[in-house]
Amino acid sequence: MKILVIEDEAAMLDNIVDALKGEQYLVETADNYDSAIQKVSDYQYDCIVLDISLQNTRDGLDILRELKKLNKADGVIIVSAKNSLDDKVAGLDLGADDYLAKPFHLSELLARVKAVIRRRSFSGNDHINAGNLKIDISQQSAYVGEQPFITNRKEFEVLLYLVTNKNRLVNRAALAEHVWGDHIDSADNFDFIYSQIKNIRKKLKDAKALVDIQSIYGVGYKLQAE
Amino acid sequence: MKLLNYTSGYFLIVLMVIIPIWAGLFYYAMLDEVYDSMDDGLDNQRQLIISKAALDTAILTHKDFEEGNYAVMPVSPNAARKHTDLYIDTMMYMQNEKDFEPVRMLQTVFRKGEDYYQMRVITSMVEEDDLVSELGYSLMWLYFGLVATILVLNNFLLKNIWKPFYRLIRQLQTFKLTNIQQIKMSQTRVDEFNLMQNTVQLFLDNTVSVYNQQKQFIENASHELQTPLAIAINKLELLAEHNSLGDAQAELLETALDNLERLKRLNQSLLLLSKIENDQFEDVREVNVNLLINKLKDDFSDQIDFYKLVFTFSEQSQCIWRMNPDLADIMFSNLIKNAIKHTPQGGIISIKIKSSSISFENEGSAALDESLLFQRFHKISKSESSTGLGLAIAKAIAKVSLLSLNYRYEGKHIFTVTPAV
Repeated sequence: MKILVIEDEAAMLDNIVDALKGEQYLVETADNYDSAIQKVSDYQYDCIVLDISLQNTRDGLDILRELKKLNKADGVIIVSAKNSLDDKVAGLDLGADDYLAKPFHLSELLARVKAVIRRRSFSGNDHINAGNLKIDISQQSAYVGEQPFITNRKEFEVLLYLVTNKNRLVNRAALAEHVWGDHIDSADNFDFIYSQIKNIRKKLKDAKALVDIQSIYGVGYKLQAE
Repeated sequence: MKLLNYTSGYFLIVLMVIIPIWAGLFYYAMLDEVYDSMDDGLDNQRQLIISKAALDTAILTHKDFEEGNYAVMPVSPNAARKHTDLYIDTMMYMQNEKDFEPVRMLQTVFRKGEDYYQMRVITSMVEEDDLVSELGYSLMWLYFGLVATILVLNNFLLKNIWKPFYRLIRQLQTFKLTNIQQIKMSQTRVDEFNLMQNTVQLFLDNTVSVYNQQKQFIENASHELQTPLAIAINKLELLAEHNSLGDAQAELLETALDNLERLKRLNQSLLLLSKIENDQFEDVREVNVNLLINKLKDDFSDQIDFYKLVFTFSEQSQCIWRMNPDLADIMFSNLIKNAIKHTPQGGIISIKIKSSSISFENEGSAALDESLLFQRFHKISKSESSTGLGLAIAKAIAKVSLLSLNYRYEGKHIFTVTPAV
């Protein structure tokens, strides 16, 4: 899988590249408009992570326009520090697949990248595995072996997020934000998240799933196949 | 006191002082003129009588006034020499009035041959008290006339000339910094009003521009903070991926991440506030509040269960309000979040939808200060993680959505959202 990251902030670029490489993706980078345009016209990428606010006269939206003109079908995730509705609407209108506002968690970016790649690579048969746990994304259902694994909606989302980021540390805040969104915004609620994870762990154990959700320091959780 | 009454009051008092003074002076001036002309008349008569006496000696025996207006009496030459002409006011019995009436009398002496005679000539005088009362009445009428004229004139002038002033005041009363709508000034024929309008306009322009700059600054600062924040959070996330961390390092890392998260939330809340206040949520449509709250009830059900809160929701009516759907979501979420945060475990939270109000009630032991409650960064709990912006955001949303959000305490905390009147 080949991914292009277009970002002019060096430290930010490093972070994204590091995270993507950890997932065994082939990562290329561009830190300005011209090299970005050159790369998108010469190669085909499975996903492009594009910072919309490049420090240049021409910004990320111009790159999107160029892509559209070139009739490229690369999946694009826009990253923006502006978190403005206008950027989001303009970007999605120009054919971007997703929009992510800075600051974001790397696990969130990875989940979005994977979702974009998945949507483009497989059609219909949309599932991911960890151990004997299988998650059918389009059906919004989980299985342990062949047995349906019954969860409520939030539990399903937690599980999906952890499985998507399997073998990676998922920050508590990232998990909370992904699953409960704006409805949870205080560190007081980490006890609450802990209790949710405890419930899922118990359910997984009862269903004899061969996956384990570890607490990593106080920072977050990591799902691993046993 | 209204300007109209104020100036009228001044005129009334000033006239009350000025008119009697003027009346006194006028009275004496008139009286002086009257005496002067009477004395001239008496003097004329004297000359007529003296020249008549030269021809007719009978006049010299005319000792009493009787039917004439003069009396003649011989005097010694010595007395005559000492005598000077005298004009005096005296009283004399008048047949017609059957009373003593004031008369003006000239006392003089004249010589006929070797003899000296004293002569008194009288003329009837204007009745002084009649004059004073006549004058008094006239002045009173003058006073009332003047006051009435001034009142009418003043009223008219104030209503017309001061029109630009009142127009400006009316506009200033409704002026709000957050409202972009400008004050409309029109040139008037009065320099002072133009000066005032221009000064006010200049002042407002300056204030608005400073306000906008500050708003812009907050927005820019918040935007500029996003990238460094993202980098810092992501670097620490990458660091946490290393398995080599000891517990002590992990704890440091955890604290750093928690605080960066807090900073991130603060920053996003500030950005949201400034966007709300800039009216950047233009998409206004009909929002079914019942549906929205039912959805939020589901979204929060995990937390409500976790904190063992009792949640009651009564829908007595359907509420459909025109507002931005995202903002509606944020406002009601913040109110529910606030209730969850501040209700003790096992406490009751209830939401009631009535025909024109939605109330959020939660248990609490003491009333809160409403004036502080909706202020930015006002924190009730000592919670480190709270941004102190949740209710400020809800209030700001209510304001831009033409709703009003109020708090009251009736043994429990009650937040009510109603359409603004």
